[in-house]
Amino acid sequence: MIDRLMAEAPAFFTRDTAAFLGLALSRTLLMTVIGCGAGFVLGMVLAVVRRSRAGWLAPARVLAAAYVELFRRIPFLVILILVLFSVQAFAPDLSLLGIAAIAVTLAATAYLSEIVRAGLESVPRAQVEGADVLGLSAAQSFWLVILPQSWRVILPPAAAFMVMFIKDTALASHLGVVELAFSGKILVNRGFSPLYGFGAVLILYFLLSWPLGRMAAWLETRLAVSRHR
Amino acid sequence: MPFLDIVDLSAGYGGAPILNGVNLSVGKGEVISLIGPSGSGKSTLLRVLIGLTAPSSGQVSIDGTPVDYASKASVRALRRRMSIVFQQFNLFQNMTALANICLAPVKTLGVAPAAAEARGRELLASVGLADKADSYPDQLSGGQQQRVAIARALAMQPEILLLDEITSALDPERVGEVLDTVRALAATGISMLLVSHEMSFVREISTRVVMMDAGRVVESGPPAQIFTAPQEARTKAFIGAIIRH
Repeated sequence: MIDRLMAEAPAFFTRDTAAFLGLALSRTLLMTVIGCGAGFVLGMVLAVVRRSRAGWLAPARVLAAAYVELFRRIPFLVILILVLFSVQAFAPDLSLLGIAAIAVTLAATAYLSEIVRAGLESVPRAQVEGADVLGLSAAQSFWLVILPQSWRVILPPAAAFMVMFIKDTALASHLGVVELAFSGKILVNRGFSPLYGFGAVLILYFLLSWPLGRMAAWLETRLAVSRHR
Repeated sequence: MPFLDIVDLSAGYGGAPILNGVNLSVGKGEVISLIGPSGSGKSTLLRVLIGLTAPSSGQVSIDGTPVDYASKASVRALRRRMSIVFQQFNLFQNMTALANICLAPVKTLGVAPAAAEARGRELLASVGLADKADSYPDQLSGGQQQRVAIARALAMQPEILLLDEITSALDPERVGEVLDTVRALAATGISMLLVSHEMSFVREISTRVVMMDAGRVVESGPPAQIFTAPQEARTKAFIGAIIRH
């Protein structure tokens, strides 16, 4: 065992392996950041639509609610495959990474919209009325009064969701995206010991999640101190 | 012509009527107190007037102009002339006292930020809180928050101010400081319509007292008349119950 690892070491600890793993790491990170970033923006749009009261938005409210309820109940792997087949029908040239990023966005939108919605609802109705009677428009009261007070409720679970989702992007390997988990498998197929291949993957996942997790925890304590910061 | 004219105003939540045809007019510079048992519709009347609760029928006009509560533009125009202070202050928790006061003048009246800030500091000084400009609401006592809320309402330069039980959520020792602020305000000649349970204050400050019950105006008159020689049986019973305490 030790002998094998010693023998493989010169071939494994090379610039090539590092570049290969680095590329895979960047794909994992890219899927997560693009998917969760776009998902956050779209999720916020859905949350705002669901809070609206205007009559002409009633169909949009129903659609938004249906989307959120549906996509939170489909396994991520199924979303990936659905996106793969539907996207390939329209845009056969889109990269697998792009398809995976779309799938992450679809799932993240549904989850993050619920997190944003809970945050917006944590702001007392009286704050909205206070803005209302001063003549502020709905948009002004949203951006200046409601959203700034929602961050402390939104950010900690949103960051935790993103950290958790880093791991779920491993499922994109089923599509053939060479992300972190897949790269471990490839290294093993190249003849390296699984201890090297997946050991490296394990360490890289940790290095990716740990600082983000710490940041989420830091945000949580910082925002919990006071309502206004 | 009265400044604020309320004719046959009704409103209700989900079919249950709260206001049953209120008739009331407020002249320029008048200070009118609404009294009556809980559930008589006093606070609802203020909420309907400022456009937070939709009326089911009736007519409100301000300075001769009818208000259309179904129209956002009409309500917005109304809110440039009428302000309200709530029982729970409703200060924006994410902003300092000064920012709370300056926000609406800058965003809705188009006042230059520097001018709004100067005016905001003046208003804070006038309610005795010149040194609290940079404090956040959760760093202020209830009485201080309520005085900031009054300053915020005044920053819109309203011609009529609605005060909805503004001392009811305060510690007893904080009530006096808020009432002093309102007393000083009444002397400036602004029209006020207020709901209060501080009967000695109502008696002292009001030009007219309006007794409400079951969503209607039962009786109205000068404070001396309402408190010492009420005409209606309902008013007699209410005043009697208060004075016995």
